[in-house]
Amino acid sequence: MSDRKTLQIQRMSAHPGPIPGTGMQRDVQVCKLVDTTTCIGCKACEVACVEWNDMPFGATTFDNTYQTMPETRWNFWNLIKFNEHPREDGTVQWLMRKDQCMHCADPGCLAACPADGAIVQYTNGIVDFNQENCIGCEYCVSGCPFDIPKFNPGTKKVYKCTLCSDRVGEGLEPACIKACPTGCLKFGTKDDMKFIAEERAKQLRDNFGMEKAGVYDPESISGTHVIYVLHDATDPERYGGLPRNPTIPWSYTVWKWLFKPVLGAFALFGGLGVLLHYVTVGPRRPQPEPPQKEGTNGNGD
Amino acid sequence: MATAIERFDERARRTFESLGRTVVYVGELRRHPVYTRFLHWMVALFFFLALFSGFGIYLPWLFRWFTPIFGGGPLARALHPWFGIFFVFFFGLQILNWLKPMMWTPADTNWMRNLRGIVSGKEKLEPPDTGFFNAGQKLQFWEIVVGCIVFLITGIILWAGARTFGSALVAISYVLHDISAIVMLGGIFVHIYLSTIGEPGTFQAMTRGAVSEPWAWTFHPAWYREVTGRDPRASYEKAREETERAVKQRPSES
Repeated sequence: MSDRKTLQIQRMSAHPGPIPGTGMQRDVQVCKLVDTTTCIGCKACEVACVEWNDMPFGATTFDNTYQTMPETRWNFWNLIKFNEHPREDGTVQWLMRKDQCMHCADPGCLAACPADGAIVQYTNGIVDFNQENCIGCEYCVSGCPFDIPKFNPGTKKVYKCTLCSDRVGEGLEPACIKACPTGCLKFGTKDDMKFIAEERAKQLRDNFGMEKAGVYDPESISGTHVIYVLHDATDPERYGGLPRNPTIPWSYTVWKWLFKPVLGAFALFGGLGVLLHYVTVGPRRPQPEPPQKEGTNGNGD
Repeated sequence: MATAIERFDERARRTFESLGRTVVYVGELRRHPVYTRFLHWMVALFFFLALFSGFGIYLPWLFRWFTPIFGGGPLARALHPWFGIFFVFFFGLQILNWLKPMMWTPADTNWMRNLRGIVSGKEKLEPPDTGFFNAGQKLQFWEIVVGCIVFLITGIILWAGARTFGSALVAISYVLHDISAIVMLGGIFVHIYLSTIGEPGTFQAMTRGAVSEPWAWTFHPAWYREVTGRDPRASYEKAREETERAVKQRPSES
């Protein structure tokens, strides 16, 4: 099947060797486009996600908004966030943002993960968790700039949106895309989605008076495979949990891949040091030792 | 407070002395009571369990080597914090037990100045004011005290995770936890070396609990003076003369 190549692994968490099968084929980068300006908050994507991924619908939380629950859960990966942003003239701007895994090109979760192969990035850009390799340390939670991975205490594994890698691998679009009634969700190659998003942002700027409209595809993590068209791209924070400059903590980059092995090796020099001490200087014995033979000296020369 | 700790230590030592025994032969001195030895080996056991279960998580290159020892990644991850808790618990008791002899004194400062002579093997005898523990031992002890505090605080943060303490705190703890482990890993080689082949006669202090008198006047002269009332230097000179006389009386050797 020709689509199987989209599940070729590109990066693998904590994997010391080369990734099997890389560079064999050229693959397209997939991308999900979320146009927040045409989202009506119908939550069809939430339902489609729960249905396709065969997850039970848990209890919802009412906190005086239309939002289903405060944040995504280990078995609820797709949440429309309802944010009320007060405008300068006293009116309120009602912002709806589909919150899910952003499938970063530089995934912080993958960098943080210590378990070989628990997190992979396919060559099509999808970042996926392999729960059978997950050790449940939750480092990915601290590595994620978007607070997406969620821990299930029952299985002691972490779960998140897969961008329907099972569907995409078969040439289908993700379930949320299929359910969207307004066309605010689109799915295709990264290049196409980026083009459409920029065109839409230009349209919003030119024809709808939204001078600050733009595309959210943060450069600080080399872009994402879920991109947003925002009414005001200069202030993504107002959409709730969308950092302007998402970053991966340096403990999972410089520390993990440079200082850890170097300093760890230094600690092992302690073992080398005592070995060299033993064979050169030699042990210190309780005194007195028997007198030395003629013609030898205590320095061992 | 200090007296409460002493009463607790005293009771623990009495209890353990009735459970085990410390045989001291003629020509030997009692070094470590049963309680101290028990704590030491509990600390050692959980130190290595925590160390090796942590190794797999420490470096991706070590993951496939060390996690199978504990039944795989998830189990190593689940056990590691408990090993650490027990390590800190037993070392905490050891801190109470050793608080007094581990206090830093001016003699220790002098000992550190003399370190080069001791490491190079030129100084066969320790400085005469070296007490029950020398400055090197004290330094390592206090390093582990600090390390345990770092381990405990950062370990709890890593255990609870970013959902409880926030990503930034977890990211910092991750590094501090590593540094503490690296320092202790470097130290454990020196500790094992000096207590076994590096200074022969030392290991039995932590197994049987007794050491020979020559060991005591060589490595801890002030302690030798304290427990025997004899001058360590004079005891040494006497023993040396006896050895030389014994050698001279062996005609085949000369």
